[in-house]
Amino acid sequence: MNWKRKDLLGLEELSRQEIEFILDTAKSFKEVSTRPVKKVPALRGKTIVNLFFEPSTRTKTSFELAAKRLSADVLNFEVSTSSVSKGETIVDTARNIEAMKVDCFIVRHSVSGAPLIISNAVKSAVINAGDGCHEHPTQALLDLFTVREVFGKISGLKIAIIGDIFHSRVARSNIWGFTKLGAKVTVCGPPTLMPRGIEKIGVSVCYSIKEAVSKADIVYLLRLQKERQQENFFPSQAEYRNYFGFDTKKFDLTKKKFVIMHPGPMNRGLEISTDAAEKENSLILQQVTNGIAVRMAVLYLTVRQVH
Amino acid sequence: MENRILSANEIKKILNKLADQIIREMGSNIAVIGIKRRGAILAERIKKILDKKTKRNIECGSIDITLYRDDFSAIGPGPVVSGSELMFEIDDKKILLVDDVLYTGRTIRAAMDQIIDYGRPKMIKLFVLVDRTNCRELPIQPDYAGIKMIVGKKQIVEVRLKEIDKKEEVVVTDIK
Repeated sequence: MNWKRKDLLGLEELSRQEIEFILDTAKSFKEVSTRPVKKVPALRGKTIVNLFFEPSTRTKTSFELAAKRLSADVLNFEVSTSSVSKGETIVDTARNIEAMKVDCFIVRHSVSGAPLIISNAVKSAVINAGDGCHEHPTQALLDLFTVREVFGKISGLKIAIIGDIFHSRVARSNIWGFTKLGAKVTVCGPPTLMPRGIEKIGVSVCYSIKEAVSKADIVYLLRLQKERQQENFFPSQAEYRNYFGFDTKKFDLTKKKFVIMHPGPMNRGLEISTDAAEKENSLILQQVTNGIAVRMAVLYLTVRQVH
Repeated sequence: MENRILSANEIKKILNKLADQIIREMGSNIAVIGIKRRGAILAERIKKILDKKTKRNIECGSIDITLYRDDFSAIGPGPVVSGSELMFEIDDKKILLVDDVLYTGRTIRAAMDQIIDYGRPKMIKLFVLVDRTNCRELPIQPDYAGIKMIVGKKQIVEVRLKEIDKKEEVVVTDIK
């Protein structure tokens, strides 16, 4: 397979082959982080810009480490101190930074489609690090990578994605990724947080966490985005926890073998109980480790296409 | 036009003969590292010969130098990165670096950079099956060469090994 894209905006537009190619490439990059010198010269002399219009610790750090392990230079663009607060448009911001000869933008924005708008305006590579309720492709790629590492395959597995599906870009990217690679996806959450017509993209819908978990090989718990719940989608956080929280009282982790995943940051005691997050079934830290390898692969493949 | 330079039997003889020389000059306390893909296969074969002759289990690994190449923008879209397998400590080891063909020397430069990222070997010696003695672009020479020859720039040396090519031979062909 030949990789030809300079941007990674979402998994919806990728083919199964392209997704598998990224995962295969990431496998080789994982080894780099275990060496005494955790660095390869593959992107030496390239400049990568973290353009984050929304707060993030993990994703930004993960991209920064991935870029540095490829020997690229990293610029962290601080939005709060930038001219965006003076009213500059995102296109002007990106073009101005590009005029300083950079090679890649990693974009996070609260508005869906912002990375696409930037990618249409610049020649540099653009990687979506999360846009509104749309997609977060590198999160889904690292989830796919982790599942493939643990199970040796993805096709035929059953994954239950539980939580606020409506606001979740992680859920959307994972739905595209897991269905394209042949897994069966069930989404579960309060009806008020379930997008209408979501069955049409090939998933089953379920409103009982017990039922969703009972059939699953992978239980994927989404972070309850407290900042997006002003419209009273459910009566209280306590009620959310009672109905949709995952805890070891509801589920005997020793009985049925399934793994627990979470994109972080966790609301312990809300969507996931503290003891469940610590169980050996939990892949949460393995996901974080694999994030570096997957992002190295994505940066390596896309930045190479910029001339 | 295809010219056969070495047969399967000759490749076998060369590896055996050079293995004796390697033990004489480097001792038995060595590790072998092959450059993917065909160098890695040759390294594995040399390891087996050395194991037999020294009655030791000599460490052997392989490296993929894609990420260390100096022609980043020149190599078409998305080359496959196949990963490196170096599962042993290389500090203070005598390393025998193995590749199939030595041409410009740039692959060897990349391989040495990568090995040094894993630690500080006591020494690195270079083994190649075919040394194309002209056309070198860097000051790099082999310590052990199966065959030395002058090959024009319009021709390529193809090492075919039964593990991946089904055939076993070395040929010189015109670039298509």
